[in-house]
Amino acid sequence: MLRDITLGQYYPADSVIHKLDPRVKLFGTMIYIISLFCFRGIAALAIATVFMFVVIKLSKVPFKFMVKGLKAIMILMLITAAFNLFLTPGEELVSFWVFTITKEGLTNAVLMAIRLTYLILGTSVMTLTTTPNQLTDGLEKSLMPLSKIGIPVHAIAMMMSIALRFIPILIEETDKIMKAQMARGADFESGNLLKKVKNMIPLLVPLFVSAFRRADDLAMAMEARCYNGGEGRTKMKPLHYEGRDRLAYLVVLAYFVLILVCRIFLRWPQ
Amino acid sequence: MGIIKARQLVHEYIRRDEEGNVESIQTALDHVDLDVQAGEFIAILGHNGSGKSTLAKHINALLSPSEGSLWVDGKDVSEEENILAVRQTAGMVFQNPDNQIIASVVEEDVGFGPENIGVPTDEIWRRVEESLGAVGMLKYRHHSPNKLSGGQKQRVAIAGVVAMQPKCIVLDEPTAMLDPNGRKEVIRTAHELNEKKGVTIILITHYMEEVVDADKVIVMDAGKVVMQGTPREIFSQVGKLKEYRLDVPQVTILADLLRQSGIDVPIGVLRREELVDAILRAAQITG
Repeated sequence: MLRDITLGQYYPADSVIHKLDPRVKLFGTMIYIISLFCFRGIAALAIATVFMFVVIKLSKVPFKFMVKGLKAIMILMLITAAFNLFLTPGEELVSFWVFTITKEGLTNAVLMAIRLTYLILGTSVMTLTTTPNQLTDGLEKSLMPLSKIGIPVHAIAMMMSIALRFIPILIEETDKIMKAQMARGADFESGNLLKKVKNMIPLLVPLFVSAFRRADDLAMAMEARCYNGGEGRTKMKPLHYEGRDRLAYLVVLAYFVLILVCRIFLRWPQ
Repeated sequence: MGIIKARQLVHEYIRRDEEGNVESIQTALDHVDLDVQAGEFIAILGHNGSGKSTLAKHINALLSPSEGSLWVDGKDVSEEENILAVRQTAGMVFQNPDNQIIASVVEEDVGFGPENIGVPTDEIWRRVEESLGAVGMLKYRHHSPNKLSGGQKQRVAIAGVVAMQPKCIVLDEPTAMLDPNGRKEVIRTAHELNEKKGVTIILITHYMEEVVDADKVIVMDAGKVVMQGTPREIFSQVGKLKEYRLDVPQVTILADLLRQSGIDVPIGVLRREELVDAILRAAQITG
């Protein structure tokens, strides 16, 4: 059961979106999220919808993969919608017992649900089309300016990629320790929550010990291979922009301008 | 001058208590002298705690000597500015294959070393291809290391070292965690590198079978070099090897026992075929 966890859930396919530079995708996702929270009016909503569906179509990722991500936040979405629905003051529509539904509340609730849905869909397009490694590479390169003010960007990116490499190894190890402890009579299933947490101790202690030992070994292996921090390092797969990346930047910017134009001139129905 | 030269090398692990007072001193290397010529295949034997791993870490400048000196390709390892050059000259492969693979794609891991020493991108690709080819792992280049067998992982680790184009590779018990097939794969790869590329190999192990084809065998015990010579010279001294708690290959023991009981078998038999021949010859003479 522990093996099923996949981080980032990359969906391999041969599409334009997959081939884009990860920096473009990071930037695009960010702009899209911002646009979701500042659009006004039905025209802008239509544009955001069309934009997203075109991107999903281009990415060649089946739609049901995208929807999977939505299930996880269903409860959160319902709670947010409920709060918006009942707690927004304004023109009264219906009222029963202590609840009042206002016109503003209704629109807010619907809008919030749409925003959250689009937010999840938008970000999963990014994680489904970009490998974790590309993502860390993209982050490292786009955050590089921060290293001038003393933030160890390279070190953070290196830690992220090593963490990604060791997730499956540690999961396997957890599995192994769990079975070893169960063979000696450890019980991970019964009891109340407090007891269950307590039962985890014989699992966590050996796991941590072994993780530290691995970290020590790995540090030595990295040193032995002349690892010396980010300085003077070259890249085997350096990122550079191509024609399609520049085009993608233009498309994203054009989309954002369009949303802003709608916000100013086409505010109907709000 | 040889590629590795140690003179009176001493290393002490010093344990201190909380106030920084010396609690105990453990001498891991005790006045070791060592000379390795370029292109040799050297095997270092010794049971646990004999100091063989400590010696290996000195050759890669991961540890620095407490006393005495060690030169790798003419560079003194205790000089701070030589450390990177020494690590580039003498690559190292460790015991646990999982804990020395850094990237999540095989080819990226092989590229890690060259990236660190600032090799230009095109050259990195060339080297990655060449070294994966040299260890026979080229077709796995896009795989995740997690899906490989132990022997394959260890070969990737060797490729990662080869890509840095070292003159010498130190393998610190590379087969200890592998199954018999994986062990053969790794040892064969080491021999191929030695023969085809002329890389000096220092193989640290406690499996006797793996040292039979080495040019020279060094036996360590309690931090000292206690025996040195060709595999045949070493294995002809069965009694002495047992004293150092080393397992002698079964064929060698059998040959030794046969000779003791009066059958004319030569000293220091290493391979099964040799023993068969010797027995047949002895049988013809007596028969």
